[in-house]
Amino acid sequence: MSTAVTLLEQNALITAFMIVALLLAASNWIAARIFQGQIHGSAIAITLGLLLAYWGGWSSGGSNGLADVSFFSGLGILGGAMFRDFAIVATAFGADLDALKRAGWVGVMSVVLGVVLSFLVGAVVAVVFGFSDAVSISTIGAGAATYIVGPVTGTALGASSGVIALSVAAGLVKAILVMVATPLVAKRIGLDNPQSALIYGGLMGTTSGVAAGLAATDPKLVPYGAMTATFYTGVGCLLAPSLLYLLVLSLQRLF
Amino acid sequence: MVVYGVGLLAACMLVGVILGDLLGQLIGVQANVGGVGIAMLLLIWATNASRLTLLLAPPTSTGITFWSAMYIPIVIAMAAKQNVVAAVSSGWLALVAGVAAVVVSFAMIPLLSRLGPRSQDQL
Repeated sequence: MSTAVTLLEQNALITAFMIVALLLAASNWIAARIFQGQIHGSAIAITLGLLLAYWGGWSSGGSNGLADVSFFSGLGILGGAMFRDFAIVATAFGADLDALKRAGWVGVMSVVLGVVLSFLVGAVVAVVFGFSDAVSISTIGAGAATYIVGPVTGTALGASSGVIALSVAAGLVKAILVMVATPLVAKRIGLDNPQSALIYGGLMGTTSGVAAGLAATDPKLVPYGAMTATFYTGVGCLLAPSLLYLLVLSLQRLF
Repeated sequence: MVVYGVGLLAACMLVGVILGDLLGQLIGVQANVGGVGIAMLLLIWATNASRLTLLLAPPTSTGITFWSAMYIPIVIAMAAKQNVVAAVSSGWLALVAGVAAVVVSFAMIPLLSRLGPRSQDQL
């Protein structure tokens, strides 16, 4: 028995393929039998994945969810940024070039607006929770954009490590909520065509959240949302420590 | 050959990521700016270019469609490696900031959709 487990651990990536296949099979069964097809099997699988990640993080004390449990370590490779980006690029095969061109400027606008909106919301929450220095406010605002923009901004501005950790946590909450909530609100916000998917990707910005959210809603929309989302973190890292920080500084002087 | 498709996909991604990194350095940010997005545009361009259609015979394109189909399994693995404990246990500020950012962004989608040119092709 222990040699079998050792072998599975040595072939971690292959084990991960099998685990994900089993997880999807179980989720599709639940979707068909319990939810009568009302919820996508992939939405259930992503939610189960997040629950397992909670359990994994809680039992191992690590920061990579289930992937920190040695038997499941292959999930860290399969679900890492390298394979994720590779698969996202592959979804562009067969994407409608005209739909991308037509929504060009709305796509650009949605990215800039998405960064500014999330930053402002995060900054306001930071102020409500009693932060009064522009550096901390900006770092937490940047974290509400994505969990990469937060620490990049915090490091650039010289924020304390506690504040940087908070900004990462805010970004994580955002990513996870986007994964879970997107299929639930998709109809209400009109997320059913390439153009609204482009706007959705630009406004949400979290690549992992958008990737999982669209996978659980309608995989055909993935290339459009992913396209704009990949520009978000870059734009966020550009705007948050510069223009948006200066905006916070000048607002602070006013009040 | 199947591997031609995989190779083309890999080449697009690597060129895109390198360009995205250069773009980041150019505007002075410590991040990759749209590398994956550039890679996607490269792939769309490459698969539509007439000179490359010979190269994209059915077995070649399966090298790309396989990875496209692996997208959902990869995303599930990604969900399973998220730091959910840190997201849930770091206090109210992070929760409120994250949730508020998502709610406001969701609310903006219908507004922006109305601004853009109407797309006829509903999927």
